[in-house]
Amino acid sequence: MIVLEKRPQPSQAWSLATPIVAVLATMFFGGLLFAALGKNPVESIMTIFWEPLFGEFSFYYRPQLLVKGAPLVLIAIGLSLGFKAGIWNIGAEGQYIMGAIVGAGVGLAFYPLEAWYIFPLMVIGGALGGWAWAMIPAFLKVRFGTNEILVSLMLVYVAEQMLASVSLGLLKNPEGFGFPGSRNFQSYASAYNAELIEGSGMHWGVVAALIAVIFAYVLLNRHMLGFHIRLTGEAPRAARFAGVNPARLILFCLGLAGALAGLAGLFEVSGPSGQITIDFNVGYGFTAIIVAFLGRLHPVGILLAGSLMALTYIGGEIAQSELGLPAAAIQVFQGMLLFFLLAFDLLTNYRLRLALKEVA
Amino acid sequence: MKLTTLLATAAMALGMATAGVAQDKTKVGFVYVGPVGDGGWTYEHDKGRQAVEAEFGDQVETVFVESVPEGPDSERVMTQMALDGADLIFTTSFGYMDPTINVAKKFPKVKFEHATGYKTAPNVSVYSARFYEGRAVQGHIAGKMTKSNVVGYIGSYPIPEVIRGINSAYIHAKKVNPDVEFKIVWAYTWFDPAKEADAAKVLIEQGADVILQHTDSTAPQAAAQDAGNVITFGQASDMSEYAPMPRVSSIIDNWAPYYIARTKAVMDGSWESVNTWDGIAQGMVEIGEISDAVPADVKEEALAMKAAMADGSYHPFTGPLNKQDGSDWLAEGETADDGTLAGMNFYVEGLDGEIPQ
Amino acid sequence: MDLSEINPVLLIASLMVAATPLLLAAIGELVVEKAGVLNLGVEGMMIIGAICGFAITVETGSTLFGFVAAAVGGAVLSLLFVLLTQVALANQVASGLALTLFGLGLSALMGQSYVGVKPPSTPELNIPWLSDLPVVGPILFSHDLVLYFGIGLIAVVWAVLKYTRLGLILRAVGENHDAAHALGYKVIRIRVLAIMFGGACAGLGGAYISLVRVPQWTEGMTAGIGWIALALVVFASWKPWRVLLGAYLFGGITVLQLNLQAAGVAIPVEYLAMSPYIITILVLVILSADKSGAPASLGRIFHASH
Repeated sequence: MIVLEKRPQPSQAWSLATPIVAVLATMFFGGLLFAALGKNPVESIMTIFWEPLFGEFSFYYRPQLLVKGAPLVLIAIGLSLGFKAGIWNIGAEGQYIMGAIVGAGVGLAFYPLEAWYIFPLMVIGGALGGWAWAMIPAFLKVRFGTNEILVSLMLVYVAEQMLASVSLGLLKNPEGFGFPGSRNFQSYASAYNAELIEGSGMHWGVVAALIAVIFAYVLLNRHMLGFHIRLTGEAPRAARFAGVNPARLILFCLGLAGALAGLAGLFEVSGPSGQITIDFNVGYGFTAIIVAFLGRLHPVGILLAGSLMALTYIGGEIAQSELGLPAAAIQVFQGMLLFFLLAFDLLTNYRLRLALKEVA
Repeated sequence: MKLTTLLATAAMALGMATAGVAQDKTKVGFVYVGPVGDGGWTYEHDKGRQAVEAEFGDQVETVFVESVPEGPDSERVMTQMALDGADLIFTTSFGYMDPTINVAKKFPKVKFEHATGYKTAPNVSVYSARFYEGRAVQGHIAGKMTKSNVVGYIGSYPIPEVIRGINSAYIHAKKVNPDVEFKIVWAYTWFDPAKEADAAKVLIEQGADVILQHTDSTAPQAAAQDAGNVITFGQASDMSEYAPMPRVSSIIDNWAPYYIARTKAVMDGSWESVNTWDGIAQGMVEIGEISDAVPADVKEEALAMKAAMADGSYHPFTGPLNKQDGSDWLAEGETADDGTLAGMNFYVEGLDGEIPQ
Repeated sequence: MDLSEINPVLLIASLMVAATPLLLAAIGELVVEKAGVLNLGVEGMMIIGAICGFAITVETGSTLFGFVAAAVGGAVLSLLFVLLTQVALANQVASGLALTLFGLGLSALMGQSYVGVKPPSTPELNIPWLSDLPVVGPILFSHDLVLYFGIGLIAVVWAVLKYTRLGLILRAVGENHDAAHALGYKVIRIRVLAIMFGGACAGLGGAYISLVRVPQWTEGMTAGIGWIALALVVFASWKPWRVLLGAYLFGGITVLQLNLQAAGVAIPVEYLAMSPYIITILVLVILSADKSGAPASLGRIFHASH
């Protein structure tokens, strides 16, 4: 039989090879799925992975990858720090919403004033909104020992109701003929998170995501706090002996994750999305959890994982429209990709060994 | 090079490339907010798409993307369709309004049709249906048939579209039954069958024997069937599987005639930007078969009302009508203008409760 | 506003129905978590159960077969989670989320031909005399059998966890898998069985939505109930009877909220709709003094290194 043997340390080679193997496996099994649905498997796979990057219209899709991937990366970076320390914030979706609401609220409060300081204030508002929302589970955990998984998840639903409320009430566009939704920031220059270079997809959210990646990398590898985070996750008791203050760490990790998620929400609402609406949130907060794990909680890994997710979203849409694949098939395909990535990760930490009957 | 120019060049190059090969094929794109299997809103739009295919056969190619979130994702899907050579794109949710306008700017040669919005452009039309006409018929039947004088109404979100429906149904129920009372429950969701079922049950438990719904699932129908002696109306699609009881009639969104007409217009080059708000007369709103559970005289009156709306002799919002606070709205014989109707944010006199804000 | 229009008996009867899918899914997840595994894929397994149950009921005309199929469907999907977390030792949080994504997509593919189909109705208990009793009749004696099965399942899980050797082993595995392994228990095997039990329960819960509570099939129809079930387990601090209590509380608030609206109470709906979640947080804070519940090995990967 085959037994697993833990490697003394994770294999460098496999950690690079597994994502490729996983993508190949997904292509194979996804191809079978598409064939079963009566589509040409090779064409389908090509459409999903090739078209957005190198196809005829890649000049449009490549920037879109940044637009789609940036919020995922930004949120996932924040989450990954907490996850490393064993702090389970799964409510980033709520923090994303609250960041967008507060940031948009700040901007709309100034309307129609045009001034250079409006957008920076909105950015601060967005970060604070997400931060404050994440501080609720953080505070409850520190003060009462309440489980943060549940509180942060519950607050997502509360935030969604808040979103509906402000779309229909407080932030509703007074010139919108009674329809729900706020003014569109795309036509409010001082508050608009425009592309920095037109056609590049680069907006401030993308910049923030890249900065976050670098920041997290430096923090984890060069800074005492990063060491404390890793230590707390791997050996909580040892961390305590090393003088880590767990309460402070919880407040920091949750607060930072909340602030980054809030920023992602603000950059989205003031840029690509443009307005607060009832259905403003599209699940970035949850997808980012997957991205964080696919990236193995490593900043660079997250950057790659976020890009890969964005690629399957965009490629999937193209495949739907060009080949008539149902959205559900794309969802299954994405599910497969995640499964394989997670499963093959085994090879990084373990060795497969053929063994004869084990001696008990 | 600017993206806009790039896109335009690409579109043009593509137009030329395809011109030689398959000039006669018109490509029509559809962007859906839900899955085609939602059995309601998107399902009916997709039936419209299928009708376009059936009508023009080889002359058209239709493409669609389902479950597209409003916002940047929808903008990308529209751009992708336009790049891919679509000549006409239908965007079928209110939240696609600004994205549609944005994409339309980049592709002046492509025609866009946005459902339920109000922003137009030289290459963007808007279209919507006067569902409130159907609500009038429902209100009439409801007012006649209720024995408890309590009509339950399941709303999605308090937006003009839904409020208009409530008012229209109430006015016509009240007309034939002065004692009628409406109980309104806001589900605060477009889609949550379990919640819709709960809402229907609650209304029935509180004495309603007619359930009107402005949410798309058949959950309320099933709840009414369980309760027995409660009537309902199909919403968006016919829901005929619940006929003859509890479903006694329905409002059907029939987009097919419009989609076919607009596709035809693109084919023969007569397409122009228009603002369409069609009702029973044009066939965009259909009244599903009124079942035998409805007494013959009531059915006759309902059909007469439908006919009067179809030939334009009757408008569901005809004065004298007051607003909920008692202030005057429409004088005797006056009919509501489309602007007020489009942004309706008040109840008519007699309705209880407040519109949540 | 007229609060007398709210009939408390009917309110209780309908909140029991509203709570059942939650209850079924949550009691399954409770067992999974007791064994030290955190499966966030409940929503995915529920929706697979919803379509399997619906399809088989429509094809065979038997709701019994439907519910059995739903349980099997949920359990089969949970095997994917088993493969990932128990065989490939992948992270449980990420695997669970992936499972949900996969389940939602797969169910939509499977259900394409069942949109707009009406299922045979599920028979309700009707005991002459008992079901006609005032107050007690509608509350206790006039539901469908699955609802009673759900309550029975809570009792069984409670008894098994508390009084049997199996329960003891399960808890041992969840508390300290290394020690359990050292004592000679098959950690992986027990966890696999627990996960499959959780899958089956989630499947049943999903089928209860598509066959009893709604009943119809539409894509994504579980609309987040699986997530609430997950919350419920923690809310119940891993105690079976508290799952029952919590499910009724959750179901109750939703139903009460709609009742208040229908009675014309002018409370902003958004705030009513968020109240179950806020109350859960409050209850959670109150309960968090009680630290006995959480299985110590929850979510940790087990690998028997020699």
